[in-house]
Amino acid sequence: MRIREDFYLNFIKDDRYMYLLSGLVNTLLITIVAVVVGILLGFLLAYVRTTHDKTGKWKIANAFCQLYITVIRGTPMVLQLLIVYFVIFASVNVPKIIVAFIAFGLNSAAYVAEIIRAGIMSIDKGQSEAGASLGFSYTQTMLYFILPQAIKNVLPALGNEMIVLLKETSVAGYIAMNDLTRGADIIRSQTYSAFMPLLMAAAIYLFFVMIFDSLVKKLERNLKNSDH
Amino acid sequence: MKRSMITVLAVCAAFVLSACGSGSSNKLVMATNAAFPPYEYVEGSEITGIDPEIAKLIADDLGKELVIEDMAFDSIIAAVQSGKADIAMAGMTVTEDRKQNINFSDPYTEAAQVIVVKNDSTVASPDDLKGKTIGVQIGTTGDIYAEDIEEATIERYSKYFEAINALTQGKIDAVIVDREPGKVFVGENADLKMIDEEFTVEEYAIGVAKDNEQLLNDINASLKKLQDSGKIDEIINKYIKAE
Repeated sequence: MRIREDFYLNFIKDDRYMYLLSGLVNTLLITIVAVVVGILLGFLLAYVRTTHDKTGKWKIANAFCQLYITVIRGTPMVLQLLIVYFVIFASVNVPKIIVAFIAFGLNSAAYVAEIIRAGIMSIDKGQSEAGASLGFSYTQTMLYFILPQAIKNVLPALGNEMIVLLKETSVAGYIAMNDLTRGADIIRSQTYSAFMPLLMAAAIYLFFVMIFDSLVKKLERNLKNSDH
Repeated sequence: MKRSMITVLAVCAAFVLSACGSGSSNKLVMATNAAFPPYEYVEGSEITGIDPEIAKLIADDLGKELVIEDMAFDSIIAAVQSGKADIAMAGMTVTEDRKQNINFSDPYTEAAQVIVVKNDSTVASPDDLKGKTIGVQIGTTGDIYAEDIEEATIERYSKYFEAINALTQGKIDAVIVDREPGKVFVGENADLKMIDEEFTVEEYAIGVAKDNEQLLNDINASLKKLQDSGKIDEIINKYIKAE
């Protein structure tokens, strides 16, 4: 009955499951806010980049977006988080969860931007020409013709990004944020047993990844139905 | 094709197995967290400090070669328990919880937990910590004791210096840290001070796996010899300046 004792020691005794529970709340909160920030900012970046690609306008804005995407995609998430916390917000006292929203949101935006850009570029040029020949402006063509098709194409990739982000938030512990992984770490540091806390945290991540995955699949199906 | 795969797998397996086999050889593997000056810290590419020097003497005495493994503090006990390391030596305080998981040698030095704050802080004694935001390193004695402070928010950092960093930036109110590392941190940051009244007084000892009675006895015998000959005091005095 070693497993039972272990379970009791790691989760029940001293209400230790609360570390996982409050950690989970933070993990989900960070993920959801960062996904929203990432999609909004990612759209903006992708819009600038594709407009430049298609029309040759907005040279400076495009260069800036390109630099941003290169830097964010070229450096590890954990360093970005530490830099936001210890360098950018060095002298300002911002609640840590806000720091996490910003760091993970900014990170996700760079990836989302490239996903959406790929989606937009994958739409046949004939679609834009059709829009233009019907008298729609560039922006209108983009909004009514290109984006709806592009989004549908990249939805699986966007869902994937959300799943990656959920797991990526596990580095939040580096700024002493109590996320799910740090919750398991705290239990581990008190009970000195690795098995239960780590496996439980992993199982919880897996569970939520599966939920996210099924949500994206459902959305995909709904969008497919509108094809007919 | 298949055969080459098997060869690759066999080589990998051999690597993994050789990495695990620390217990049997004539190596003494010490698990530590080298971010704890002056007890253990990295200088150049070497891990040095009071604990590595004492461990070296013990290893010499036992006729073994000392190998130091640097890891997160909260992984050290698990490493010793699982046989990935032979001894835990990381300025580790003897506590009841830890004793349930590993055995401890006789203590080799006395230590204390102290409070580090900014120069302009209103915190003047351990009692003033009530309701404050306190930084600790995860899994340390400071972390354990901080849990008992009323209404305090505990922020568990991976490394002490990160907690100190957060303190200098005004993100937290105080850091609970062992006295000697605390002195080093205060010495390096002009706007930090240490509160005179100790938070707790405690003893450091060497951790050994429960099923390794033999090694524990050997270490205790070695420690006794080194203490009697004054070698341990010599090492400690070298790193810690008397006040």
